Amino acid sequence: MKKSVFFGALAATTMFTGAAFAGTLDDVKARGELICGSNVALTGFGAPDAAGNYVGFDVDLCKALAAAVLGDATKVKYVPTTGETRFTALASGEVDVLIRNSTWTFSRDTDLKFDFVAVNYYDGQGFMVKKDLGVSSAKELDGATVCIQTGTTTELNLADFFKHNNISYTPVTVGDDAEAQRQYEAGACDTFTTDASGLASNRAAMADPTNHIILPEIISKEPLGPLVRHGDNNWGDVVRWTYYALVAAEEKGITKANLEELATKAAADPNSDPEVKRLLGIGDDDLGAMIGLDKEWAKRAIAASGNYGEIFEANIGTATPIGLARGLNAQWTQGGLQYAPPFR
Amino acid sequence: MTLATEPPKDSFRLSMLIYDTRYRAITIQVIVLALFLAGVAWLTNNTIQNLAAKGKDINFGFLLNRAGYDIDQQLIPYTNDSTHGRALVIGLLNTLIVAFFGCIFATLIGVFAGVLRLSKNWLVGRLMTVYVEVFRNVPLLLWIVLAFVIFSETMPEPKDFKVTQEMIDTGTSPAAQKIFFDSVAITARGTNIPMPMLTRPFGGFQLAGVNVSFSVLATLAVIAGSLWVNRRIRRHAKAVQEATGERPTTWWKTLAVLILPTAALLVAMGLHWDIPGFATTETGVSKGFNLVGGLNVAHSFTALLIALSVYHGTYIAEAVRSGIMAISRGQSEAAFALGLRPGRTMNLIILPQALRVIIPPLISQYLNLTKNTTLGMAISYLDLKGTLGGITLNQTGRELECMLLMMLIYLVLSLTISAGMNIFNNAMKLKER
Repeated sequence: MKKSVFFGALAATTMFTGAAFAGTLDDVKARGELICGSNVALTGFGAPDAAGNYVGFDVDLCKALAAAVLGDATKVKYVPTTGETRFTALASGEVDVLIRNSTWTFSRDTDLKFDFVAVNYYDGQGFMVKKDLGVSSAKELDGATVCIQTGTTTELNLADFFKHNNISYTPVTVGDDAEAQRQYEAGACDTFTTDASGLASNRAAMADPTNHIILPEIISKEPLGPLVRHGDNNWGDVVRWTYYALVAAEEKGITKANLEELATKAAADPNSDPEVKRLLGIGDDDLGAMIGLDKEWAKRAIAASGNYGEIFEANIGTATPIGLARGLNAQWTQGGLQYAPPFR
Repeated sequence: MTLATEPPKDSFRLSMLIYDTRYRAITIQVIVLALFLAGVAWLTNNTIQNLAAKGKDINFGFLLNRAGYDIDQQLIPYTNDSTHGRALVIGLLNTLIVAFFGCIFATLIGVFAGVLRLSKNWLVGRLMTVYVEVFRNVPLLLWIVLAFVIFSETMPEPKDFKVTQEMIDTGTSPAAQKIFFDSVAITARGTNIPMPMLTRPFGGFQLAGVNVSFSVLATLAVIAGSLWVNRRIRRHAKAVQEATGERPTTWWKTLAVLILPTAALLVAMGLHWDIPGFATTETGVSKGFNLVGGLNVAHSFTALLIALSVYHGTYIAEAVRSGIMAISRGQSEAAFALGLRPGRTMNLIILPQALRVIIPPLISQYLNLTKNTTLGMAISYLDLKGTLGGITLNQTGRELECMLLMMLIYLVLSLTISAGMNIFNNAMKLKER
């Protein structure tokens, strides 16, 4: 009996580790579909809309990637993953790339064998409470019950924060954002903690957003970004530079609307910005060939949902119910941290 | 001169391995075993190679690293500075306690429902049929989630128990009240019950990081002593009954022996109850977020326990019913003829015999119940699957190690339960001499 259980375990592991090593770029091209590890439901970042189609800030990056690699932004299969299942899904090859508010940490980058290719949202962990609780600072939460997503960095930050401030709490562990929101609304916990962007997103999805406040303390650095499996550097490059193409496009003022116009103008004018030309695949430089794509890959990526700024404003910006300001995520020229390396 | 020749010598030929029935069975077994071992070797080798290609090794060193996360239900002390290994033990204890109480309650419910299902009372019998069929035919996971949602959605929040200055001024009372003489509070988060406390405990010592209390040991020793004395009393009564035909009255002796020494010890140690309640200011206004003091039983535990008990109770009820029906009618008719009442007939004649039929399926229900505690993950009950197979696995990324360790632990657990129940079974089964 012992033997047969061990046998089963090994069989499972063999299947589990079998599929991870071919070039992901070739796999995606051959399959004709990008498999994107997404959130189960985090409004604004990655959640199904009323028609069941995935939309959001992270989802738009998946679309840009599919447009760059496959030439069609709709050829994406979204696999919903929870905080607990996401890394296993990526490591096992179930998804090609994980774009799902995952914090870049040392151990995930090294010990878990992943590569974080960029930071598409600079975030920090915050607390949300109901207004009538009468709390104005996270340091007043001594003895509170805290809803916390399991398998996340926030779980560890929370323990550190309360320990550091010498106050106590009772954890209520939940699987995903939707469950956390349900428990928090039912009063199973006094406060809900996750990345501040996630809190804003959850608050927007509640029936009475005005009755909840996000406390001023940001207790951690949470650089969220897309990640791929360690060791497939070419695929990592494709994801990284697709993202930076969107950032560079914003910096250069290329939008979804004026893309074609700028492209024709740049093609006609020999003195136009050479970096814009390289980005849009006009002229002699062929950046696409260096990462195994064609010349117009970045142009298609921008055409999918617009540049970084457009994606931000459309999904989570101040005009949306989530209402996040650019803050740290503004362009470096605007005092933010979003900075695309040169396209050369 | 003898003409008798020796029988032709049976020389062994290779083809006999297949065509001779004496050898064929062995041949087949050897081949199957070789294939099986080759398969195991191939899988092991494949796993090691794949792990090596990924740059991963099999290493259980993470169990000694700091865990960094908190667990709300802990039977032995644990903080986020404890190791992953200790988190594993916390999870295992949480698994064991819910399995232990689950088995007890499922047995009680099962025996009760199984006996009543055979009742001659039409209504009682049908009611039990409805219970068994409804609970048995809906997946356990749904019962667990349902029980949990009912608790967390319908019960008042802790803040509803709070007394504000306004309430003191106007003389009103809070929206929610504690029940059972103001001692038990059921909130949306958990059940706060009074906890026994000692003012003059005997102290204790540390054993492998666990506090061992002399007070608890002393209490257990006294109870064991009482039970032993009680047995002596009963044996004596039986001897007197057999000698004189008259059974001496023992109930007051039993009661005194069972209760008085324990009660005396507890009073000597200064037993009192720690009643849960909000911390208050001098004027009586409640402060804080939660009721403090007492024992807080999280709803994830309660819901899991209830769902496991009622679900597995149905299977035990069916086992009990079939056990009783396996006893021939003559047994109860004979008992009635001797003038035994139905209750005593059931307790003294039917159930002891039915046990022999009931115990084997009961063992498998206990095993199932223990394994089904892992479904607690749906409601975030931090059992072994929640700590080792959930948070530790995620934070360390050691999937293979965690899974292997977890399977090994559940295997050992199941085999232990099975072994224990088999001893019980051997003690109960029909002894043929």
